[in-house]
Amino acid sequence: MLEEIYIAGFGGQGALSTGQLLAHAGLMEGKYVSYVPIYGVEKRGGVANCGVTISNQQISSPLVTEPTVLVVMNSLSLERFEKAVVPGGLIIINSSLVEPRVQRTDIRVLPICANEEAESLGDPMVANNVILGALLEITRVVAIETVSEALKDVLPVRRHDMIPVNVKALEKGAELVREYNNLFKE
Amino acid sequence: MKGNEAIGEGAVRAGCRYFFGYPITPQSELTHYLAKRLPEVGRLYMQAESEVASINMVYGASGAGARVMTSSSGPGISLMQEGLSYLAGAQLPCVVVNMMRGGPGLGNIAPSQADYFQATKGGGHGDYHLIVLAPNSVQELVDIMKKAFDLADRYRNPVMVMADGIMAQMMEPVELDDQYQIEIQPKPWAATGKVDHEGKNLINSCYVIPEEMESLNFILRDKYSEINKNEQVCEEYQLDGADIVLVAFGTASRICRAVVEKARAQGIPVGMIRPISLWPFPADFIGTAANRVKCFLSVEMNMGQMVEDVRLSVCGKAPVYHYGRFGGMVPTVRDVLEEVKKIYSGGAGQ
Repeated sequence: MLEEIYIAGFGGQGALSTGQLLAHAGLMEGKYVSYVPIYGVEKRGGVANCGVTISNQQISSPLVTEPTVLVVMNSLSLERFEKAVVPGGLIIINSSLVEPRVQRTDIRVLPICANEEAESLGDPMVANNVILGALLEITRVVAIETVSEALKDVLPVRRHDMIPVNVKALEKGAELVREYNNLFKE
Repeated sequence: MKGNEAIGEGAVRAGCRYFFGYPITPQSELTHYLAKRLPEVGRLYMQAESEVASINMVYGASGAGARVMTSSSGPGISLMQEGLSYLAGAQLPCVVVNMMRGGPGLGNIAPSQADYFQATKGGGHGDYHLIVLAPNSVQELVDIMKKAFDLADRYRNPVMVMADGIMAQMMEPVELDDQYQIEIQPKPWAATGKVDHEGKNLINSCYVIPEEMESLNFILRDKYSEINKNEQVCEEYQLDGADIVLVAFGTASRICRAVVEKARAQGIPVGMIRPISLWPFPADFIGTAANRVKCFLSVEMNMGQMVEDVRLSVCGKAPVYHYGRFGGMVPTVRDVLEEVKKIYSGGAGQ
């Protein structure tokens, strides 16, 4: 098993937090993990991308240049990284903010209105974890329960009151994928 | 654990008692970490007013016999060069961390390996060497700090640990020993106010009379040749049957490891040598390897610096090529693999 996940967005959207959470959950499951953030000099609104590698074997290069999964949180990133995804790979797009117009035909695309879904849960800040929930449901790279557990380590204690809504967001994302799959079955 | 934090924890566990530094991206989390961690174990963190002040505070603490370090990135390390020359001249042990970033000039905060020349060939004025170590994983960042402090004390010489923006910000799993012991050998030369020693201990690098200066230079030369003999360290990867050998350190060596795997899967016999000590450069190992391989490719995040040392080590026994990306750009596995294939089809495979 080797997943190379690239999460791309603007500073403030939670791209880096999502990557850290995922990497930490991988670590908790005893897998080899690496997390490499790439960000601009701006505190908010600049480029905020990260690559997360989760594998059953030792990781050679921690840099994700040809992702198996691309998470797109802004339109700039879709244009920039669509070409890099491996054939047969997956792009998850936050379609609340990005028109999911993908040129490639050899990859799977999942648009999710993550902002609206997060607002319906009562907190627009958890949009990133709606997306992460969907990613976990499709790839099964780590268990959703492990990620929920990892929130305790990744979030500072003063933010632990936000764990329930983040867990809800993860579950919501997974549920959306299941609904989407059922749609095709019928 | 983040690379910067790993260095901080490694330093604490190596018995680093003082840290003097000034924040600069991409190493600021290191100062941040030590600002919190050092006081927890009853030691001192101090943010200096500049890098020039930091390195001279290091000079003072080291002269008094303490384990001491500073850290910075490119522009800040440049400011420290005068101090480093003084430390080398006065034979003072210390550890300096350089998290390299894109340059020259103010450059950017992206990863780079462009300070290789500065670190391994002097950097400051005068005839001296730093011991230079280049880890390539977060675990190694922790482990190498102890080695760095031990080497500094053993040879009474500044040691530089070199990494880059990726290694600094990257998170990887780290195993920390619950049991760790710090053994620091006595330093009878230290200027401790006559508490621990008889007579006068003078810490100095100023010798007005050339004969006296030269005798210090002789001492340094003997020391450097001993370091060169004893402390060359490198790691080999899939060298058996390799026609093409990649030479890379730090982040570039992680990329090259993946290149070796991909090339081998396609039937191209590629191996890698990863220098862990950049000075002393593992010339003996590379020189021996040159007898049985067809060519070398030095992969660096610079315009071609380490490649000169590879050429000196190979000593004409095989062609040595260079592949680099610069200015904060990082070579991709695909690009290096293409370069390998180009070389292979161009004759190295025959």
